[in-house]
Amino acid sequence: MDTATPAVTAALHDGSSVLAESSSVDARRHGELLLPAVDRVLAEAGVKLDAVTGIVVGVGPGPYTGLRVGLVTAATFASALGVPVHGVCTLDGLAYAAGLDTPFVVATDARRKEVYWARYENARTRATDAAVDRPADIAGQVAGMPAVGAGALLYPETFPDNRGPENVSAAALAALAAEKLRAGEEFLPPLPLYLRRPDAQVPKNYKVVTPK
Amino acid sequence: MADEPLVLGIETSCDETGVGIVRGTTLLADAVASSVDEHARFGGVVPEIASRAHLEAMVPTIERALKEAGVSARDLDGIAVTAGPGLAGALLVGVSAAKSYAYALGKPLYGVNHLASHICVDQLEHGPLPEPTMALLVSGGHSSLLLAPDITADVRPMGATIDDAAGEAFDKIARVLDLGFPGGPVIDRLAKEGDPAAIAFPRGLSGAKDPAYDFSFSGLKTAVARWIEAKRASGEEVPVRDVAASFQEAVVDVLTRKAVRACKDQGVDHLMIGGGVAANSRLRALAEERCGRAGIRLRVPRPKLCTDNGAMVAALGAEMVARNRPASDLDLSADSSLPVTETHVPGRHRHDHDHVHEVSKDNLYS
Ligand SMILES: [Zn+2]
Repeated sequence: MDTATPAVTAALHDGSSVLAESSSVDARRHGELLLPAVDRVLAEAGVKLDAVTGIVVGVGPGPYTGLRVGLVTAATFASALGVPVHGVCTLDGLAYAAGLDTPFVVATDARRKEVYWARYENARTRATDAAVDRPADIAGQVAGMPAVGAGALLYPETFPDNRGPENVSAAALAALAAEKLRAGEEFLPPLPLYLRRPDAQVPKNYKVVTPK
Repeated sequence: MADEPLVLGIETSCDETGVGIVRGTTLLADAVASSVDEHARFGGVVPEIASRAHLEAMVPTIERALKEAGVSARDLDGIAVTAGPGLAGALLVGVSAAKSYAYALGKPLYGVNHLASHICVDQLEHGPLPEPTMALLVSGGHSSLLLAPDITADVRPMGATIDDAAGEAFDKIARVLDLGFPGGPVIDRLAKEGDPAAIAFPRGLSGAKDPAYDFSFSGLKTAVARWIEAKRASGEEVPVRDVAASFQEAVVDVLTRKAVRACKDQGVDHLMIGGGVAANSRLRALAEERCGRAGIRLRVPRPKLCTDNGAMVAALGAEMVARNRPASDLDLSADSSLPVTETHVPGRHRHDHDHVHEVSKDNLYS
């Protein structure tokens, strides 16, 4: 599952192929949509959650509020079922789905006029760490490369050669994870890639707390 | 009492990640992880910091609570969670966790109201709540007078603060007196050595034409600050203990007077006081005195149950199970401004049978 982009996406993979997938795009309702999506995918495949042997979750980068829905859901499932949870960079899922075998860039919408992005050698190999930047500031580093993801579509001046997919799909994420599992590769810890420090703003109706 | 409902409750409305487990009205576990230290230098709760901390603490706190209670998750009769009110991003972490947990275990889910939970927690201390109960909830975030004929279905707002919460007033005055944070405990301590009648500070909204059950602490705060400034301006020493005692007296006088009056007007013979300010010793003493005189039985839970925790959510969830209230749907959302009258968030469908399959059939989101 992945909630790091406006897509709420869940899929079931049996190690060789995707059995079912559900994706909907609604950036404000990750919390409401994810569990029904999981339920729908399992029902379609005729599988109960307790038959699942591992959980794969996109760790972002992505806008925080939605991103946390997928991560806390994955962690809770893993705890309740006693199965491992594998973190995968959301941009890697998009890169995998793009299927390119020459260098390209993946960019998603980080809001505030910025993108989350990384460069790839090919669909399976990330060349740089995920970062958050203003498109104009990275124009030189991505010049001449095909660009995948909603962030690329949003800023055509920086990413003129842009293309889909726009958002990550859990089917691609699961297929990538299945490959990695077979190859015995390492996963990321299931912790969010925020890439930004929290805005330290206390709301007006604050609750005062004890200092150290 | 093994046939009473065994419920796990999750609370993440502010800066405390709370997971409690109860069996009926018996407390089995009360695990709390707080991000309080991370907020301290900002002087208040920073929502994004709280949300990040909830995500990290969520599963470890659930597992700690289960261990503390010595029960298996498989034996739970339900999962309850604070659906609101509170900080939106913080609530969402708890709601998402509760839904996943309920789904993975095949248990019913109960999204409940934070304020009703503050009232219901007293069942863990003093047994079943009398019906109706009058409740005074006072903390840094709330100041409400609520009438609860049925804690699972009928909670009515009698009055609330029109400006600052009571706890906020304590913190602001402590700041003016350079006493640091939080204001409550230090003012309580200094007030014991001061004269509560030394300075006649105003009692907000106490006039004959004022709303009978609403509160206002903003005018009091300004009056106290002005009095202190005037002393300082004339070069006199500020009698900190007398100021603390007189200020505290003004707050608890209004709180208890209005609460007792509400009980009398409504013919209610029980008053419960909850929220962090319920730890204030003068509030407890004056409430005891006035309730005693009015023939009202006072119920105040121990301080750890008065502040935000998961046990209070579990307590209300257990009551929902016991009274056969409908469970919530799996698309339950966090509602940062959930009205107090909505004691829980029942599903749109009847839950006469297995709730997990209800969602698949309806296929609401294809
Ligand atoms: Zn509270």
